Amino acid sequence: MSTNLKNENVGLKRRRIKNPDVKHYLIMLVPAFIWLILFQIVPMFGIVIAFQDFNPGAGFLRSEFVGLEHFQYMFELSDSRVALKNTVIIAIGKITGNLLVPLVFALMLNELRQKYLVKMIQTSVYLPYFLSWVILSGIMLQIFSFNGPINKLLEFMGLEPLLFFQNADLFRGFIIGSDVWKGFGFNAIIYLAALAGIDNTLYEAAVMDGAGRWRKLWHVTLPSIRSTIALLAILSLGGILDAGFDQVYNLYNPLVYSTGDIIDTFVYRAGLQGLDFSFGTAVGLLKSVVSFILITSGYWLAKKLLGYRIF
Amino acid sequence: MIENRSLGSKAFDTFNSIFLITLTLLCLLPFWYTLMIAFSEKEAVQAGIVSFYPIGFNLYSFDAILSDFDFFKAFWVSVQRVVLGAAFTMLVLSLAAYPLSRTSKQFPGRNLLMWAFIFCLLFNGGLIPWYITMRNYDLLDSVWGLVLAGGIPIFNMILITNFIKNLPEELEEAAKIDGAGPWRVLFQVLLPLLKPVLATVLLFTMVGHWNEFFQGMVLSTQAENYPLQTYIQQLVASANQANIGNLTLEELERISKLNNESLNAAKIFVAMIPVLLIYPFLQRYFVKGITLGSVKG
Repeated sequence: MSTNLKNENVGLKRRRIKNPDVKHYLIMLVPAFIWLILFQIVPMFGIVIAFQDFNPGAGFLRSEFVGLEHFQYMFELSDSRVALKNTVIIAIGKITGNLLVPLVFALMLNELRQKYLVKMIQTSVYLPYFLSWVILSGIMLQIFSFNGPINKLLEFMGLEPLLFFQNADLFRGFIIGSDVWKGFGFNAIIYLAALAGIDNTLYEAAVMDGAGRWRKLWHVTLPSIRSTIALLAILSLGGILDAGFDQVYNLYNPLVYSTGDIIDTFVYRAGLQGLDFSFGTAVGLLKSVVSFILITSGYWLAKKLLGYRIF
Repeated sequence: MIENRSLGSKAFDTFNSIFLITLTLLCLLPFWYTLMIAFSEKEAVQAGIVSFYPIGFNLYSFDAILSDFDFFKAFWVSVQRVVLGAAFTMLVLSLAAYPLSRTSKQFPGRNLLMWAFIFCLLFNGGLIPWYITMRNYDLLDSVWGLVLAGGIPIFNMILITNFIKNLPEELEEAAKIDGAGPWRVLFQVLLPLLKPVLATVLLFTMVGHWNEFFQGMVLSTQAENYPLQTYIQQLVASANQANIGNLTLEELERISKLNNESLNAAKIFVAMIPVLLIYPFLQRYFVKGITLGSVKG
């Protein structure tokens, strides 16, 4: 009915025919959009203070403009260079671990024949993912403390106790390891979904050709989930400046700043605690910009290479 | 399928089961251990002799929590935050996702709005401009600050939008032919069908609000306004004090005496309980939610 009407009006009036629902759509979007403007877009204007000597009393408009001074200072300051280096090292470690460990775990779980056991294991390993780093840090500080169970175990095996939270050499490894521990179960879900989607006839054909378990894994399973692995790898590159504030903040202390301080914790300490708003904003802005470029390129690559679209 | 199971294959199966069960225990034992610490007497905890069963079993720590006003105050702030935050998020998200799932033909300007959201998902002004904005809005020391700061998880909005796109178009057309307007389509046709994805988003939002500590710390100038995670964080931070400075063994022991580890463990455990309670529901929905939203755009 409405299509007939439209057809008669083709031509001059075409542009004027509007979907009468549009105004309702706009009304539905009002709350979300107001929120977006107030809590996302308005703070973006605060970026100007990265180029000022911001004085909270004077406000955005009357603070002195200093150009790129804060950025220059950031590159000269050794603390910020250390934070950048730590961030990248920790993030790369986490990205690698969070790609590989869940993959191996999913493959092993896939080989398990007892379905009740599979279910039990899955239920348990997802749990740490849903708990906060505050809770997990509280538990870890206890377990890995000087006279905690891990050091008792080392002592029992005749080894020296390890000071996990005082030894800067151990700290990055601890951060990466505990992050992988927290997330491997949850991160395996996407692999498990991909594994469940593999056509069973492929395996039957492989068995016909005399393939054993290893050959099935190598020639059927892995090639079938190759694109999933590639996709996750590409998308995770956007997180290269994200070393995980919550985790590091709750586990680090001044003794391990040399290897454990990351951009986000540095911004918090220098900017908010140290009340150097302009400098903190400058460091945060640089991180935001680089992350934005990395994430966008990741999505672009994923679309180009794998035809994946998130939006 | 007929399978020829060699000795090597059987050996692998055994190894595999044992390995995976060990891994599972590694994910559960830390929480069990925390509970055992909470049940044990202080002296045993300090001596570091508690392992997988309580030593000097008692309920003093849990008893102490019951009379700890600050703990309950923080707990209450968190409960308010979760309830208000979840209600706010779900209301705004379910309204916004439907129009954004329309094609740009049905809804001119849809793409522009969508890109505004996506841009804000990928880029932000950073911590300090955000903090100054919140302060200017006078949202410090208020549960509304915590509710609104987390506000709208844009990623989840896209998840719901994609879910609606995957529903058959005929449903909506049929309703429209029967005379339903957009509001009716949304509330009577779509929302019932969106139950699984809305449940996923609701549970994630609740867990997210419960677990968040940083905004609670930055946006509260008074300790009495801390949500529970921020309250626990302060305890954890003071426990971490023991790691600062090259302390001698005696100093370490003195600090751990001041620090009631049993009580802290009990508080940590109680803070976990709400997540443990909704965990079975989370389990049921999140696998579905994750795989659905990521399929198509």
